[in-house]
Amino acid sequence: MTELLVLRAGALTTLQDLGRPGYAHLGVPRSGALDTAAHALANRLVGNPAGAATLETTFDGVTLRALSPVTVAVTGAPCAVRVCGRPAAWGAPVRLRAGAELDVGRAESGLRGYVAVRGGFAVQPVLGSRATDLLSGMGPPVLSAGTVLPVGPPGPDPVSGADALRVPAAPGAPGVPAELVLPLRVGPRADWFTGASLARLLSARYRVSAASNRIGLRTEGGPPLARTRGGELPSEGMVLGAVQVPPDGLPVVFLADHPVTGGYPVVGVVPEGPALNAAAQARPGVGVRFVGAG
Amino acid sequence: MRALVVGARALLVEVDSADEVAALHAELLRRRDAGELDGVREVVPAARTVLLDGVRRPAALAARIADWEVPPLAGTEGPLVTVPVRYDGPDLAEVAAAWGVAREEVAGLVGATVFRVAFCGFAPGFGYLTGLPERLWLPRRATPRTAVPAGSLALAGEYAGVYPRSSPGGWQLIGSTDAVLWDPAREPAALFAPGVRVRFTEAGT
Repeated sequence: MTELLVLRAGALTTLQDLGRPGYAHLGVPRSGALDTAAHALANRLVGNPAGAATLETTFDGVTLRALSPVTVAVTGAPCAVRVCGRPAAWGAPVRLRAGAELDVGRAESGLRGYVAVRGGFAVQPVLGSRATDLLSGMGPPVLSAGTVLPVGPPGPDPVSGADALRVPAAPGAPGVPAELVLPLRVGPRADWFTGASLARLLSARYRVSAASNRIGLRTEGGPPLARTRGGELPSEGMVLGAVQVPPDGLPVVFLADHPVTGGYPVVGVVPEGPALNAAAQARPGVGVRFVGAG
Repeated sequence: MRALVVGARALLVEVDSADEVAALHAELLRRRDAGELDGVREVVPAARTVLLDGVRRPAALAARIADWEVPPLAGTEGPLVTVPVRYDGPDLAEVAAAWGVAREEVAGLVGATVFRVAFCGFAPGFGYLTGLPERLWLPRRATPRTAVPAGSLALAGEYAGVYPRSSPGGWQLIGSTDAVLWDPAREPAALFAPGVRVRFTEAGT
């Protein structure tokens, strides 16, 4: 059986795929890769279907040893990739001999890296997904050193030779404005907030808080939203990208491990796709602006 | 009934009571099974709303929903699950006192109710069960427990619930069950899925 051994787990490395959509009514978060484009690209580069499990690293990468010959690819936050200490390609398929050590380095910009292996990481799925859900605890545990990761059989698609496939540079990268711009469709609970608050939300600048995680991107440093009413909202269903406003008035953008229901009003929704992928790569301290969209 | 557009692909339908949520939820599942809700991948009931995620044209559906006649739910609709309970919870005496009955009478009062799973949340497989008569509604504990054992039968406000796994919790614990509330390897994974009716019997009787 093809396997990889975890030598250095990194700050927070989890297995991720496309998650568990369809179970929210049972209290199961969607979960799955936060930067879906980088996850999909890593899989394409090694000839995997989009649903194959990859490793999602956080800021400082991961170090693995191939216990059998494998082909891997690293995408997401740009970083140095080394094989047995020698520089190797980022954003391209890389072949590893049995015993070779792959080091995915610290993110030069952005936050989350993705490591795909040809055949996909073949840990036991739970409700059809191998994603680690940090809110509910479903799926495989967070990676730790010494873990052996099984690799599945390769699919029919060839390894892609094209390293021209690139993900958009993450906010904070050289030449990219150090600001996360999130389109916001206002509603469904915008009427919980004053008009002046809503206007400020769409013109002010916030920063990404260090308390952000896979559940939500928390903001700080901007004007808190003021409510038009007191009281509580009965818990209601939440979508990916919902911008929830807790009592401190600072918006939280729900990411993949968000709770399926919540009792704080949602002022608007950031659409799935490029904006949420960029949010997954925004480091604490990066500026955040919300701009009206539809 | 009020339908609010949520982002580009979701709709939040708001009603006035838990009974209306149950009826709307059943109606939405009927219409989805009939192929009317193309693309919808999540139907998520909650306290006073049902969320539809994956709606192709939310504004158009919102306009249509305003015209729907949603029939009230018959009490006998939905699968019935019977759960044996030991009435041994640490809050049993307090609950009995609040209800003005003897400890031994709590089982009878709970057992006389056919509950309905209104919605899930908090943790996978945690169902919020409605149906308890209003005179038996109790507030949460002033101080939540840091660890409530798995299988605890608990009450809070208009809801009853069973903790699928050990977790912090502030509900009043009246009993415990060996029933497996949540098993992702089982189909269905949740014993208490929305729409399921539940009766609690006294274990060993």
